[in-house]
Amino acid sequence: MKQFISFVRKEFYHIWRDKRTMFILLVMPIMQIIIFGFALTNEVKNAKIAILDQSHDAATASLLSEISASKYFDLEANLYTQSQIDETFKSGKAKMVIVLPANFQSDLQHTNSVQIQLIADASDPNTATTLINYASSVIRDYQLRLTAEQKIPYIINTQVRMLYNPQLKGAYSFVPGVMAMVLMLVCTMMTAITIVREKEMGTMEVMLVSPMQPLKIVTAKAVPYLLLSIVNIISILLLSVYVLDVPIEGSLLLLMAESILFTLTCLSFGLFISAVTDSQQTAMFISLTGMFLPTVMLSGFMFPVENMPLPLRIISHAVPARWFYQIVRSVMIKGLDISGVWKETVILIGMTIFLLGLAIKKFKIRLA
Amino acid sequence: MRTLLFLLQKEFKQIFRDKGILRVIFMMPAMQLLILPWAADYEIKNIRLAVVDHDHSVYAQNLINKITASGYFQLDKYTGYYNDALHEIEDDDADIILEIPTSFEKDFVKEQSTNLFIAVNAINGVKAGLGAGYLQTILSDYNQDIRLKWVQMPKFNNSPNINVTYSNWFNPLMNYKYFMVPGILVILLTMVGSFLASLNIVKEKEIGTIEQINVTPIKKYHFILGKLIPFWVLGLIILTIGLTIARLAYGISPAGSLLTIYVFAAVYLLAVLGLGLLLSTYCATQQQAMLISFFMMMIFVLLSGLYTPIDSMPEWAQWITRFNPVSYFIEVMRMVVLKGSSLSDVRNNIFIVLGFAVVLNTWAVFSYRKRA
Repeated sequence: MKQFISFVRKEFYHIWRDKRTMFILLVMPIMQIIIFGFALTNEVKNAKIAILDQSHDAATASLLSEISASKYFDLEANLYTQSQIDETFKSGKAKMVIVLPANFQSDLQHTNSVQIQLIADASDPNTATTLINYASSVIRDYQLRLTAEQKIPYIINTQVRMLYNPQLKGAYSFVPGVMAMVLMLVCTMMTAITIVREKEMGTMEVMLVSPMQPLKIVTAKAVPYLLLSIVNIISILLLSVYVLDVPIEGSLLLLMAESILFTLTCLSFGLFISAVTDSQQTAMFISLTGMFLPTVMLSGFMFPVENMPLPLRIISHAVPARWFYQIVRSVMIKGLDISGVWKETVILIGMTIFLLGLAIKKFKIRLA
Repeated sequence: MRTLLFLLQKEFKQIFRDKGILRVIFMMPAMQLLILPWAADYEIKNIRLAVVDHDHSVYAQNLINKITASGYFQLDKYTGYYNDALHEIEDDDADIILEIPTSFEKDFVKEQSTNLFIAVNAINGVKAGLGAGYLQTILSDYNQDIRLKWVQMPKFNNSPNINVTYSNWFNPLMNYKYFMVPGILVILLTMVGSFLASLNIVKEKEIGTIEQINVTPIKKYHFILGKLIPFWVLGLIILTIGLTIARLAYGISPAGSLLTIYVFAAVYLLAVLGLGLLLSTYCATQQQAMLISFFMMMIFVLLSGLYTPIDSMPEWAQWITRFNPVSYFIEVMRMVVLKGSSLSDVRNNIFIVLGFAVVLNTWAVFSYRKRA
C-alpha cells in the first residue's frame, strides 16, 4: 500500500509540475460552461435584414418601424431594385429581404388586400425558417391591429406548458453534455497519453522491473486523473447551479455516484488504448476519433439522435457518453431517482467491466 | 534555397514513412465528411407525441388525424391518463403531450370556445420551441377548417388582409447538409493544419532531434518554412479530397468558382499553420501541445458560427469571433459554395486572414529559439 501511494504521488508530481497542462485541465470545463452557457444559442436575434420598399408611404413606414423595433431584426440596408437582392445575399450583408409592393397603402385601403414577399437566404436553413416565422408574426400583429377587434367565433384556445425548463434555456441540455465531454477528455485521453508516454520514453521499462505489480502501476497512473475529474465535476456543477441557474432536481449523491461511474468507464477505455498503442500520436488520434468525436456527435447533446439515419442510431448505443448524458439529464433536470435510471446505470457498469477486462487482457508486462 | 529543398525532402520523407500519420491525414477527413453531416441535422422532424384524450369525440379524433398526417409528428401513445403520458416523457419516449379535455367538442359547439393543453419536454429548448410552434400552427389550421364549416364567410374581405409569401433562396429544399458540409471541411483543414504542424515540431523537441538541426547552419526561417510548406501542400490535398467527397456523396458542387476557394484556402492554411508553429514553440511535450491545440480548437470551433449563428451571440463573444480565423473561412466557404459569391465579395475576409497569417508566422519565427 505504501508503494502504491508513492506511485500515486509520483504521478501527482508529473501533473503538478506541468503547470500549463494542469491549468488547461482545470480551466477547460469552466470555459466550456461559459461559452455554452452564454455564447451558443440557436435562438435568432439581431439578424441583419434588408428592405425593398417600392411604395414609401405611411403604411409601409409604420410597418417597417414595427419590424425594426423587434429585437429579432437589425435593419441593415434599403434596396431600390430587385437585382440588388442577389447582390446583398452574396456579399452576406443580409439574411432576409422584405419586399413591399408598390401602392401598398392604397391597395390596403381600397382592395383590402396586399402581398408582402419575404426572401430568405436559406444557405442556413434553420435561421431562414426562424426569420420567416418571426417576420410573419410581426406582420400578423400589424394586421391584427388594423382589423381592430373583430369578434371571431369558434375558437380553440391552446395552453402550452414547458416542462422542466420553462424559460427554454439552452443550458439545460448542454450542462450534462459538457460534463461527459470533459470527463472523457481528462480520463480517456490524458490517461492513455501519460502511460504511452512512459512507454515512448522508456521509463515504463524502469517501472515494470520494480517490485510493484504491473497492474498496480497502471492503476496508480489513473488515480490522479480520477481525482482531477472529481474536481472538474464539482466545478461544473457549482457553475451550472450558481452562474447558469440550472438546478439539481434529483439527489446530489446519486449524481456524483453516476459521474464517478462514468469516470471509471472513461479510465478503463484510456487504459485499454494505452495497452494497445505504442506512440503518443496514435494514442491521441484513437482517443480523439474513437471516443471524443462519438461523444460530441452521437451522445445527443449537440445533435438530436432521433434525426440520424439508422446505422448511426445503432452505433450511438455503443457510446458510453450517450447513456451518461441520459442519466445526468434524468437525475439533474427531471429529478428522477435510481429507479428511473437503473437501465442506463447497468449498461455503463457493463461497459466498464468489459473495457477494463479487455485492457487487462491486452496489458503486456514486457515491452517489445 | 538548396538548404530549404533538403529540409523539405526530409519532411516529406518523414511524413510518408509514418503510416499512422498518413492514415490520419487521409482517412480522417474522409470518414468525418461521410459521417458527420448525417449526424449534424438540426431539422426538427419526427416529434413524438403522446395524446391524452379525455373526450373521445369525433372532433378529437379528427384533430389527432390531422396532426399525425402533417408528417412532423408521430403518435407515440394514445391514453386516457395524463400520468401515463408524463411517464413517456420521463422515459424519453415522447416529446410533447397533447391533452384534450373532457368537454372539448361540447364546449366548441355550445360555447364557441374550447381549450387544449400542450406540455412539452423543454430540456432541449430549441426543439421544444419549434415543436410547440408546429403543433400550434396545425391546431390553428384545424381551427380555421372547422370554423369555416360553421360560419359562412363573407364573399369580399371587409377587413384589410396582408398575404405573406416567402421563398428560400440558394437552398430551396432546405437541405441541412448543404449548410454543414462546407463548414466541416473548414474544421478538417484547421485540425490538420494546427494539430499536425505543432505536434510535428514538438515531437522533434521531445525526441531531441531538434538539437541536431539547431547545430547546423540552417536559418530560423529555413526551418519554419521547411515545416510549413509540407503541411500547406497536405492541406490543399485534403481540401481537394474533401471537395470531391462533397461532390460525390452529397452532390454539392460550389456555385462559385473553385479558384476563389483555393485562393482563400491557400491564405488560410498559412494562418493556421502559423498558429500551429507558434504553439509548438511554447510547448515542450506532445501531451502539452495536443491539449493546448485541442483547447484552442474547441473555442475556435464553437465560436465559429458552424453550429450556431454568430449574430445571436452576445457582444463579447462576437468580439472573440473576430479574432477567430475559422469563422472567416466558414463564412467564405458557405458564401462561395452555396451562393456563388465571387472573389471580390470575399476580399475583406481574405485581407483579414492574410493579416493573421503574417502576424502569426512572424511571431513564430521570432519566438523560435535555436537553443534548448
